[in-house]
Amino acid sequence: MSLVISQLINGLQSGSIYALVALGYSMVYGIIMLLNFAHGDIIMVGAYVAWLAMVHLALSPILAIILAIIACTLLGVIIEKVAYTPLRSSPRLSLLITAIGISFLLENLAQLIFKADAKRVPPLITGPSINIAGQYVDFTAIITIVVSVISMILLTFLVRKTKMGKAMRAVSEDMVTAQLMGINLNSTISFTFAVGSALAGIGSILYCCTYPQASPTMGSMLGLKAFVAAVLGGIGSLPGAMIGGFCIGLAEAFVSAVGLSVWKDGVVFAILIIVLIFKPTGILGKVINEKV
Amino acid sequence: MKNNEKIIPMPLRYLINIVLFVVFLLVMNNLIVSGTIPKYYAGVISFIGVNIILAVSLNIATGYLGQLPLGHAGFMAIGAYTSALIMKAASGSATIFPFALIAGGLIAALFGLIIGIPALRLKGDYLAILTLGFGEIIRVILLNIDNVLGFTLTNGAAGLQKIPKTTNFLITFIMVGITCYVIHTMMKSRHGRAILSIRENEIASESCGINTTYYKTLGFVVSAFFAGIAGGLYAGNIGILSPSAFNFMKSIEILVMVVLGGMGSMFGSVLSATVLTALPEALRRFEDYRMVVYSLVLVIVMIFKPSGLMGTYDFSLNGLLDKLILKFRGNHTEKGAMPQEKKGEAAVRKKEGKLK
Repeated sequence: MSLVISQLINGLQSGSIYALVALGYSMVYGIIMLLNFAHGDIIMVGAYVAWLAMVHLALSPILAIILAIIACTLLGVIIEKVAYTPLRSSPRLSLLITAIGISFLLENLAQLIFKADAKRVPPLITGPSINIAGQYVDFTAIITIVVSVISMILLTFLVRKTKMGKAMRAVSEDMVTAQLMGINLNSTISFTFAVGSALAGIGSILYCCTYPQASPTMGSMLGLKAFVAAVLGGIGSLPGAMIGGFCIGLAEAFVSAVGLSVWKDGVVFAILIIVLIFKPTGILGKVINEKV
Repeated sequence: MKNNEKIIPMPLRYLINIVLFVVFLLVMNNLIVSGTIPKYYAGVISFIGVNIILAVSLNIATGYLGQLPLGHAGFMAIGAYTSALIMKAASGSATIFPFALIAGGLIAALFGLIIGIPALRLKGDYLAILTLGFGEIIRVILLNIDNVLGFTLTNGAAGLQKIPKTTNFLITFIMVGITCYVIHTMMKSRHGRAILSIRENEIASESCGINTTYYKTLGFVVSAFFAGIAGGLYAGNIGILSPSAFNFMKSIEILVMVVLGGMGSMFGSVLSATVLTALPEALRRFEDYRMVVYSLVLVIVMIFKPSGLMGTYDFSLNGLLDKLILKFRGNHTEKGAMPQEKKGEAAVRKKEGKLK
């Protein structure tokens, strides 16, 4: 019984990180129909910034966290401005290839600068284990789940209730009409990237609390799995991304629990393939008809 | 008016190409066998051949079909492991090698079919992700299958060792020739035009009565088949296989070759596969920067020339000869007095006269 609970907590913990990252994918896809492959690597940059701030600048954990989130946000906006804006009217294939290029650029630059070996990130958040129903739960697990849930609530509020959120929804509905209604397309898209990347920054900090190291390729697998989560939930849908994230996290935890942890990655991608074959729009996705 | 007349008749065109290709094969093979080209460089040249097959085969799916499969390394891995296992069982017999290659290609094509039928119902991005996931699954399976089956097949992370090194220059480039020929003729046929129409507009081509699912699957399977053959050649060239050689990075490397050369240009794929394989060898000192440069190139090409360096332009030796002959005749007999469209007719008349 206790094993089930601890695996459940594990699943929720990694699931909430996946959900945060998946939200970024989903928001960007919703607004410019782009699979932002570089999103996972923004997480990696966040981890390196936290490591630099803690180890080389000897900043306090709080400052390091803030710095990492700011760096991720800026990076997301810069990538959008430099690489994606010039291609907004070109075929989707070019945009997708650019995104892959950016992702590889970030990974390889990190490898060049920081070398391939993993850097140990000092503990960012520490606290006592908490006793829930006779089961000791790690403090970081609680923090991870709580922070992600709060971020998701804030994001939902932002998208549903604020003016900027309305603009984002309008642009994702119909870009041209939104422009005619006086919405500033560039700033809305940049804002979406900023929010998505900030979420990735938070995700990166939470990830570093659980797995305290930074390596050049850490973002790619995390990003891919978060992406699977976004597809599972229905890409373009925010609640879908959250549900998908938790599903993937729990699925992974249970695959590990039954002793098949080497097949973890395979199972995640098998889920992806099954979802794409039987319900390509995901759990909460909408069907979009294409016009000639 | 554009002059589409073919001055050189069709069989002769093939003959010219075949003769030139055979001469190239024989000359290079002699240079390698006699040792004028050192063994190391001979290996690099074989490697260029493997990459040409990979790039040209990915070009079917990316350039002609307009999809973005990200799991090409997965098909290559299947072909490589299949033919390596066959060659190990056959203890390196050179006569078995072509069959091992074809077996590798067929198994890869089978997987292409299995993954293609469901995948190709999806569009654009979804297809990209699905193939990416598939490539990763292949890698995970190759890593872990031994533990599940309980006997040694792929050797897990350690990989297959001591694969007979049966790949040589001749067989690699004969395969390159066959690959290019088959893909070229396929693209010039009715099937090829159907595939191109899917790239231009899938819905429109479907409404013209083209069975898009069939042609997408066909393109995908042919692409997987040749990737499998390239994998077999790779295994025979390098002698060691490990699953980590066929990761996502490898798929991207092949994609860079196709994109840089120009999506939909076979000549572009051949050229960029050659340059991108030879250049890193020449610039060994900058090995660390290779992937950084690759990714930068990918982004810059997409921003400034999304169709790739060659676009859809395809080099044709005979086309060039045609033009030269026309120009030559135009300068000497007509002196530009005749309108452009008459020139072709005059040339045909002349040729007919000669034949009589």
